[in-house]
Amino acid sequence: MPESEANPTFSKSTGLPRKRFYRARAHSNPLSDSHFPVPVSPRHVDYTAHFPELFPSSDQVDSSSKRIQFADVGCGFGGLLISLATLFPETLMVGMELRDKVTEYVKERILALRVTNPGQYRNVSVFRTNSMKYIPNYFEKGQLSKMFFLFPDPHFKEKNHRRRVISPHLLDEYAYVLQVGGIVYTITDVEELGEWMKACLEQHPMFESLTPEELEADPVVKLLSTATEEGQKVARNGGQTFQAMYRRIACSS
Amino acid sequence: MEEDSHLEGGENNREIEIAPAIIAVHPTQDSVAVAVGSDLRVFDLRTDCGVSLVDDSVEPFHKDSVRAIRYSANGKLFVSAGDDKLVKIWSTDTWRCISSVSSEKRVSAVSISNDGLYVCFADKFGVVWVVDIHDLDVNGALSNRKAAPLLAHYCSIITRLEFSPDGCFIVSADRDFKIRVSVFPKKPLEGAHEIQSFCLGHTQFVSSLAFICSKDLPQGFLLSGSGDSTVRLWDITSGSLLDTCEVGSQAALSESDGSEESCCAVTDLCAIQDSNLVAVAIQGLQGIILLGCDFSSKTLSVAKVVSITEENFIPTSMGSSSAGELLWFVTGISKLRDADHKSLARLKVVSGLRKKGHPESPDQHKPVVLGDEEIPGSQKLLEKLQGSLSIDQSVFSAAAEAIKTAMCNLLIKKQYPTESREWRKRTRNDRKAKQ
Repeated sequence: MPESEANPTFSKSTGLPRKRFYRARAHSNPLSDSHFPVPVSPRHVDYTAHFPELFPSSDQVDSSSKRIQFADVGCGFGGLLISLATLFPETLMVGMELRDKVTEYVKERILALRVTNPGQYRNVSVFRTNSMKYIPNYFEKGQLSKMFFLFPDPHFKEKNHRRRVISPHLLDEYAYVLQVGGIVYTITDVEELGEWMKACLEQHPMFESLTPEELEADPVVKLLSTATEEGQKVARNGGQTFQAMYRRIACSS
Repeated sequence: MEEDSHLEGGENNREIEIAPAIIAVHPTQDSVAVAVGSDLRVFDLRTDCGVSLVDDSVEPFHKDSVRAIRYSANGKLFVSAGDDKLVKIWSTDTWRCISSVSSEKRVSAVSISNDGLYVCFADKFGVVWVVDIHDLDVNGALSNRKAAPLLAHYCSIITRLEFSPDGCFIVSADRDFKIRVSVFPKKPLEGAHEIQSFCLGHTQFVSSLAFICSKDLPQGFLLSGSGDSTVRLWDITSGSLLDTCEVGSQAALSESDGSEESCCAVTDLCAIQDSNLVAVAIQGLQGIILLGCDFSSKTLSVAKVVSITEENFIPTSMGSSSAGELLWFVTGISKLRDADHKSLARLKVVSGLRKKGHPESPDQHKPVVLGDEEIPGSQKLLEKLQGSLSIDQSVFSAAAEAIKTAMCNLLIKKQYPTESREWRKRTRNDRKAKQ
C-alpha cells in the first residue's frame, strides 16, 4: 500500500496507525472551548462523511434511514468501538473524543480496518467533540440504545466534581438521547468514582439498575474490562474495576 | 511582570462590569421598574409617584449590577437579581423585600412560575435553581430562602428563563446557541429531569425568549432572538423549527450608514399580548421591528419597523403589560467612561400596537412613539426612572459605544489571550460556598 510506506505513522505490516505517533495526555479540560465544528442540530450530522459505504449520497438520509444507536463517550483510542463493530455489524456506532490527536488516531484506525477487512467496520466512526456540552446536537430524542462511559476522568478534587462526565445534571441529557430501555454502561478503576457514578444513576428518576441476570446475559458487559487499552492496563496491574449498568426508564412522576 | 500587564489591560476579575439598563412592566401596568447597574427604580402609576424600596435584610438592596427583573403573572411579586449573587423578592403592595436568596455565583436570568409559587434563577455555571415561595407571607417578616438545583446547561451561561403559558414547561436559553425545554415537575425541588425537547437551529448565542399565543392556540409558540440576527419560531413539544425571520437584513435596510452584520444581534423580544405581534430590539437599529406571527401557516414576517429618529436610541430592554396597549423600552448603561455622568437611562413608549377593527385591514398597525408628556406618569415617571428628565445628546452618543460593548460582553464569550488565561486560573475560585 503506497500510502503506508510513505507515511511512517502507519505500520507497514498491518496498515494500521502506530499509537506512539498519536499519544496525548490522558486529561483534557472539558471547560475550555476548543474550536471544532459542531452540527447545528442532529439533522445536520453528516452521515455520508462518517459512513460513506452505507450513505453514499447525502440525499439518502431521511427519517426512515438508520441512525446512530451506540455512543462511546470519551472513546480514547477506540478499543471498545472496534470490538463492538463486529459484534453488532448492523448497528451504527460512534465514539466521541475531545482530544484532537486521539480522534485522528481512531479515524485512521477505522479507515485502515475498512481497507484490510472489506465489508467490515463500515458501521463505526468517531466525532471530535465535547460530549458534555453538545450531545443534544448529535442525537435526537430517544435515538440511542447504548451509551458507554469507560474509565472516565475522575476529577478528584471536590471543586472539580462538576466536571465529571456522569453527574446528576448531565444524566438528564443522557436520558433525553437514550430510548426507554436503552442502557448506560460505566466502568472505572477508581473506587470513589465508581461509587459516585452508581449513586448518581441510582438517585436519578429515569434510570434503574440492571439485574444480575441481565448483566450475565449481556455480551457487552465482558468487553468493558477487556476491550480497551485502559481496561487491559488495569487487568495487567491486577487492579479492581467498579461497574454500574443502568437502564433508561420512563419518568416516574 | 505578567501580572502587571494583566492588570493594566483592565481585564481584571474584580472590575465591575458595566451593565445595560433593563425594564419590567407590571401585568396590569400598576407600576414600571427600571434597573440601571445596582440601582433599582420603581414608579407607581396608580399613585403617580416614585417608590422608595424598603429592605431590612442583612444585605440590603443590590450592591452590584442587577441583571434580571421580573413581575409575577398576578402582579403581587417582583424579583430582582444580578452580579451581587442575591435574588431579592419584593412585595408589589408595600415594596418591601420579603425574601433574599443567596446564589453561589452571579445570576444571569430569573423567572417566576405562572402560579406564583416558584422563583427560578440561573447562575454563571449554567445551573438553574428553584425557590419554593408557597408560604411566603407577602405582608410578613423577611424570610430568607434556600434554593435547590433544578437543571443545568453544562458550562453555558443561561441568558433567559421562561415558563410556557400553560406552566407545564420551563424553557432555558444559553450562550452556546441552545434552547432546552424541560418539563416543570409537580415537585420542582427534586429537579426537572425530564427534557421535553431541544430547540436547535441558532448559530449564535440566544439572547431572548418570548411566547406568543392566540385564542385558538393557548399553548402558543416559542420565539427566540439570537446573535445570528434571526428570530425563530418553535413548537416546543417537538423542538421543531417552524420559521426563521432574518431580522438583521431588515435592520440594515433601515440604517443608512450600513452597519456590518456582526452588530445586528437581536437583544430583546417582547410579545404583545392579545395580538399576533412581537417587538424585536436589534443592535444597529434605532427603534424596534414589529414581527407578525401567522398561526395557521406558522410563519413570521416583518409587520412594521418603528424608528425613533430624534435620538440615538437603541433599546437594551423592553416590556409591556398583559393588556398589550403600550410597549415600554429603555436604553441605558450603568457606567459611562465620562466622569461627569454616572449612568444613563432613557425611556420611550410606543402605543397603537393592538389591532382595532377588521384583522385583514392593511393599515391596522399604526404604532406611534409617544412624546414625553404623553407617557403615563409623564415627567414624574421619567424623572424617577431615568434619573433625570432630559439627557444631553453628547451623553447619548458616548453611551452608544458603551452599550454595544456591554451587550457584547453579556452575550459573547470573552476570548482571553493565553498569558492572562494562566493568571486567571491562579485566582479562580471554584470552591463551594461554606454552608
